[in-house]
Amino acid sequence: MGTKTREKIEHPLSKWIREERWPHIWCSGCGLGIAMSSFLYALEELKIDPKDIAIISGIGCTGRIAGYIRVDSYHTTHGRPIPFAIGLKIAKPEMKIVVFSGDGDIIAIGGNHFIHAARRNMDLIVICVNNFNYGMTGGQFGPTTPYKAKTTTTPYGNFEFPFNLPYLAASAGATFVARWTVLHAYNLRQSIKKALQRDGFSFIEVISPCPTGFGRPNKIGEGLDEMKYYKEKSVVKNGIDPKDAELSFHGGNIIVGEFVEIEKPSYMQILKESISQIKEG
Amino acid sequence: MDEPKKNSETFWRTPLDYKEIKKRKGEVTIIEDLCKGCGFCIEFCPTESLERSDKLNSKGYHPPVFNPENCTGCGFCERVCPEFAIIAEKIEVEVK
Amino acid sequence: MAGKILTGIHYMLGDHACAEGAIAAGCRFFAGYPITPATEVAEWMSRRLPKFGGVYIQMEDELASMAAIIGASCGGMKSMTSTSGPGMSLMMENLGLAVMLEVPCVVVNVQRGAPSTGLPTLVGQGDVMQAKWGSHGDYEIIAYAPASCQEMFDLTIEAFNMAEKYRTPVVILSDEAVGHLREKVVIPEEKAISLIERKKPDVPPEEYLAYKPNGDLVPPMAIAGEGYFVHMTGLTHDERGYPVITGEAHEKLVRRLLDKIQKNKHDIIKYEEIETDDADILIVSYGITARSSLKAVQILRKEGIKAGLLRLITVWPFPYEKIEELSRKVSKIVVAEINSGQVRGEVLKAIKSDLPVIGVHKLGGDLITPYEIIKKIKEE
Repeated sequence: MGTKTREKIEHPLSKWIREERWPHIWCSGCGLGIAMSSFLYALEELKIDPKDIAIISGIGCTGRIAGYIRVDSYHTTHGRPIPFAIGLKIAKPEMKIVVFSGDGDIIAIGGNHFIHAARRNMDLIVICVNNFNYGMTGGQFGPTTPYKAKTTTTPYGNFEFPFNLPYLAASAGATFVARWTVLHAYNLRQSIKKALQRDGFSFIEVISPCPTGFGRPNKIGEGLDEMKYYKEKSVVKNGIDPKDAELSFHGGNIIVGEFVEIEKPSYMQILKESISQIKEG
Repeated sequence: MDEPKKNSETFWRTPLDYKEIKKRKGEVTIIEDLCKGCGFCIEFCPTESLERSDKLNSKGYHPPVFNPENCTGCGFCERVCPEFAIIAEKIEVEVK
Repeated sequence: MAGKILTGIHYMLGDHACAEGAIAAGCRFFAGYPITPATEVAEWMSRRLPKFGGVYIQMEDELASMAAIIGASCGGMKSMTSTSGPGMSLMMENLGLAVMLEVPCVVVNVQRGAPSTGLPTLVGQGDVMQAKWGSHGDYEIIAYAPASCQEMFDLTIEAFNMAEKYRTPVVILSDEAVGHLREKVVIPEEKAISLIERKKPDVPPEEYLAYKPNGDLVPPMAIAGEGYFVHMTGLTHDERGYPVITGEAHEKLVRRLLDKIQKNKHDIIKYEEIETDDADILIVSYGITARSSLKAVQILRKEGIKAGLLRLITVWPFPYEKIEELSRKVSKIVVAEINSGQVRGEVLKAIKSDLPVIGVHKLGGDLITPYEIIKKIKEE
């Protein structure tokens, strides 16, 4: 009985972490650590060689993930991890290129790059951690902030409507689309594994608590309270039309699951074929 | 008021291979200094094997304490810990 | 047919010569966005690159183009983008990233009349200061100003060589007149073109520090996928590449980034001196305007006026020392450029006397003619 504190015990993911940079900077109750570990468990379980993977992130709390993972990792400018990743993917077609960044980064300032990468069915795995606000700058509203929600720049409540990210991704052409909360750590890992094993544009929205920027001003409470909310309100609906994937903080549900999985030639497949034809022709 | 103990097996008949059956148990190690006291592991442990403690770690948070009695080694505490502060291992023990 | 560079003599568009130069330099990745008057660079690349197994990708905007070429270069592919002023303004964000991450790449700016949308189809030279100061913070840049289609070819190769050698973005500050000019271009045989490649790590991954220079000020560059597990960040970082948010770390890093260009400026700076030995009047010019300036020198010489030309081939780093040296021998300096006096300001910074520095400026849209330069010289 009681707590065992065996010194020097190895965490199963320690080989993936830049331990010299540990512990991470994220707040107590933030879900980013779970998003990161779910991703690393997926790599571990697929026995991916760290040499074969690169992580690109932009700016923001999620953007810091690139700096913690011991693979080739690039912490780029705000909104630009996707185009940076496209360049890297074309130069290194054999590598798995993962864009791991936040909703502000990928959907607000980088929204244009996001839809165009999806349209191209570019061979990227885009994991977007959605915490409904700009956390790093202290909790301002963004394109995912729920209607009426309070943030430091919506003191009277948000006047705008948020994006439905899976619907946006699917409409733009993403060929794999999933949404999970960090509480669904197992499902999230499974979806990441699936995305890592396919070509084309895969998009996974990860809903994560942000007690500092979102939970407290909206009287949801601490990270734990937001997690309890996910437990209470989440409904798994695999395969539904993503336009019906509700995400509500006003008494409705949080629909999670794998919504889209379709076969379509990926950018890299088409590119490879075309170039070999042009070279020979 | 005695609630039936979680995970305690009640056999109507004693299986023939009773002696060979191994029960899944878990061993949970908490790297206390990494804990930020979010409480996720305590809240979402299906067997309620983690409890809040009064201990303070170097960051000033209360890391959880582990009670192995009902733990089945499902590993969810490890998966749901945002701080990589929990290591859950499966162990198999003889059924007594 | 697998791609081969077009060795031979051609009658070629400036923009096309630039693109062909890039291919000859080993560029195999081009990300761009159409914009007048640089579109022809992209068009040539889209036609030619696939034959070399290279990739042309048209991005959604110039922000993405610049980000993509940095990404490709991190994967070991020599990469380039091309644009004009409005696109260059968007590229400034990630030009700074390339400076900070120390990623070799080439950015072509075929300048047009500006600010804003300005004169899309007409010439301008108003982006000289933007190249040096357009991205936020202190940085050094290498920028070439080709004055002919031949130089569009040659200097693009040079730009790649310098980018690789110093791990830095390099700008080609061309202009609409040179970009849309058609004239003779001689493309040498492939083996006659000397190329410089970036330094690779000479230590195993466990000993490698991504931002530790070995000997000089330029760290060897590990590319993705080779087991070096690099971390690159636009944040101020230490030799490992990890963010360190202190003034001390910043001073150390940014100082080295400045020094690696400044201390090697003698290797980088290029100019051409024409009749400067005995010159009494020195014309300083670059790009298309240098051609009018050359004609002005020839006419003035025929009239018995001792004029000479300093043609800047690199605009950045700026040849302050050369101009200071020449300023001691002449009675006036004339700067001809299609802007309100951007290089003239640098010339004033360079000289240590109260020598008159006369500007011949147009704000864009028209070339400066030799007669306008001569008239101005005679007026003053």
